[in-house]
Amino acid sequence: MNRFTARHILGISTLSPDEITFILDTAESLKDILERPIKKVPPLRGKTVVHLFFEPSTRTRLSFELAAKRLSADTVSISAKASSVVKGETLIDTARNIEAMKPDVIVIRHPYSGTPHLLTKYVNSSVINAGDGTNEHPSQALLDVFTVREHLGHIENLKVVILGDIFHSRVAHSDIQAFTKMGAEVVVSGPATMLPSRQSEVLGAKVVLKMEEALEDADVIIVLRIQKERQGQSLIPSVREYATFFGLSPDKVKLAKSGALIMHPGPINRGVEMAPEVADGPYSVILDQVTNGVAIRMALLSLLLTKAES
Amino acid sequence: MNAYLFTNARIIDPSQNRDFTGDLLVRDGIISAVGESLDVPQDAKVLDLKGKWLVPGLLDMHVHLREPGEEYKETIESGTAAAIAGGFTAVACMPNTQPANDSAGITRFILEKAQSSARARVYPIAAITLGQKGKQLTEFGDLLNAGAIAFSDDGLPVRNAAVMRKALEYAQNFDALIISHSEELDLSKGGVMNEGLVSIILGLKGIPAAAEEIAVFRDIALAELTAGRLHIAHVSTKGSVEIIRQAKIRGVRVTAETAPHYFSLTEEAVFGYNTFAKMYPPLRTEEDRLAVIEGLKDGTIDAIATDHAPHSVLEKECEFQMAANGIIGLETAIPLSLNLVRDSFISASQMIRCMSISPSKILGVLGGSLKDGNSADICIIDPEAIFTLTRESLHSLSYNSPFLGKDLQGKAILTLVDGRPVFDPMGLLP
Repeated sequence: MNRFTARHILGISTLSPDEITFILDTAESLKDILERPIKKVPPLRGKTVVHLFFEPSTRTRLSFELAAKRLSADTVSISAKASSVVKGETLIDTARNIEAMKPDVIVIRHPYSGTPHLLTKYVNSSVINAGDGTNEHPSQALLDVFTVREHLGHIENLKVVILGDIFHSRVAHSDIQAFTKMGAEVVVSGPATMLPSRQSEVLGAKVVLKMEEALEDADVIIVLRIQKERQGQSLIPSVREYATFFGLSPDKVKLAKSGALIMHPGPINRGVEMAPEVADGPYSVILDQVTNGVAIRMALLSLLLTKAES
Repeated sequence: MNAYLFTNARIIDPSQNRDFTGDLLVRDGIISAVGESLDVPQDAKVLDLKGKWLVPGLLDMHVHLREPGEEYKETIESGTAAAIAGGFTAVACMPNTQPANDSAGITRFILEKAQSSARARVYPIAAITLGQKGKQLTEFGDLLNAGAIAFSDDGLPVRNAAVMRKALEYAQNFDALIISHSEELDLSKGGVMNEGLVSIILGLKGIPAAAEEIAVFRDIALAELTAGRLHIAHVSTKGSVEIIRQAKIRGVRVTAETAPHYFSLTEEAVFGYNTFAKMYPPLRTEEDRLAVIEGLKDGTIDAIATDHAPHSVLEKECEFQMAANGIIGLETAIPLSLNLVRDSFISASQMIRCMSISPSKILGVLGGSLKDGNSADICIIDPEAIFTLTRESLHSLSYNSPFLGKDLQGKAILTLVDGRPVFDPMGLLP
């Protein structure tokens, strides 16, 4: 019996701790398939997953596509440049046209927050948010929680530190909510221009400006990518300054618990937000995150689609 | 011509500080007698109002009629039809039409169109600068002669303080009013809602209260420097209210308005990425909402204006980021303002003052009073009537209201312009 009742995956904000646990458990059982010589099982045969990407993405898109293919679904990919969006068609018309071709799931990435939510009003398919603006990136947060649970056995009472551009990061927004919902303490740190003004707390995470203090006794360190294009907005004076004062160096890692997990949603700017020896160090689980991403997305697809049949 | 005698009305006329139960006689389009008990002239049609409110026709000093240029959103005819249905007998329309109202020709076009199609009085507000571009002043004198009644660059505020200074100076040759849409554009850039907890939760770029307050303060400082006459449009933050309060204490020639949505809603209305809750300035916090009410209460805020901003589905049924700013307001102003009276924040008299004599005086136009001899611009309000706001019930061409589908209490049941019943859905007058 499928205990999963959600029709869409729009964000961590709409998932309960039970649902998150159920997704993680499902992913765990599906992860085996990725280790087999023949990495394909039939549960989603005859189902169609449309990947509608309005922003460039390599890893998330590949991960979703592989997840769908491993479960034998048919997949189609539309990127913003290839779609008719540039011809002046509205998002709603694009969605209605795709819907008219009867897909089962639409995976959408869009530069504007709330677009997946808008989509659900116009399509009958299930919608998975693969990142919307600065709002959420739920599958990334789920794979992060999954990776931590896999390595440390539990989430409750862990101290999870997220470093970088918290304010403009949908990964941070989803991670904070996912880890706090699962009982972890979350601390965020970074340049104050990348943290919400005047708030001592954001979505349940504690804001600590001093990186050294934030890192103290951390079990998990999640380092966010610095979007170099944001430099023009004067959020940071220079990449060099950022690397010196906010980058995760081996020295700073020592402030955390020994054996603290090092994570990054990718792609990494080596030598900017993270020193190469940290990225490649013994406690880095960055590539595990990538593997687990496929398992999590397989779980999301199979939960949404097998639910539809019951 | 004809005569109407309204009896047993609660007559509220803040221009004369009157609020009493009595009668009012309209003869040949003129208010010819007001009193506690008037004799019934033989030729008069008598309407017993049974305690309903009889107030001066309301004036909305901040609306967008969209004509010329965006007639698919609203026209002078449809916008004024919405006005009279909302109890307004006059509206002042902002210059951000296409083309912008920055020359006497456009002003004359608006007034001619109003002459032939409007259901209420129309007072055009002209642009401060050519094309609302913030560089070169428009011909204030020529525009005033053509019928413009004030100047504002509205949604494209004058960015350059030196240009705003010159506008406030030059306006004094004509005793003209400068209306400031207060927005520090660099600070608000890219923002789509109030900056705060809700913007974080929704992952939307915020507009800090400071973006409004800096601009309010700048323009007040310039009014103080020049002794020009300044009006602050749509005040939405606690800080703005306080800056204006202090300026008034110093004797600066500044007045202010707020819109019903700023004292009725908060940023939480945006949840669900509701594009009908997207406007500039954005809906703020509960603290701001209460401060705006306090401003109305102590007179810091002089007027209630709706910033009626019609948009079609093309601008509103889309991604929140892409959606146009603004909501319609003419047909919801009475019930929303009445909520403040029902909750004892302000008196009925204060409410009517903010919607009639106050904006009339600020703009320097006639109306807003029930004095004998005035044109009979009158609104009759049933403060108890409950209605559901629906697309069908609206007279505006657009329906972009966050109150759509909601039950509201209090409405205009009869509106007279020059003694003519221009809005009479119940057929009260023949």
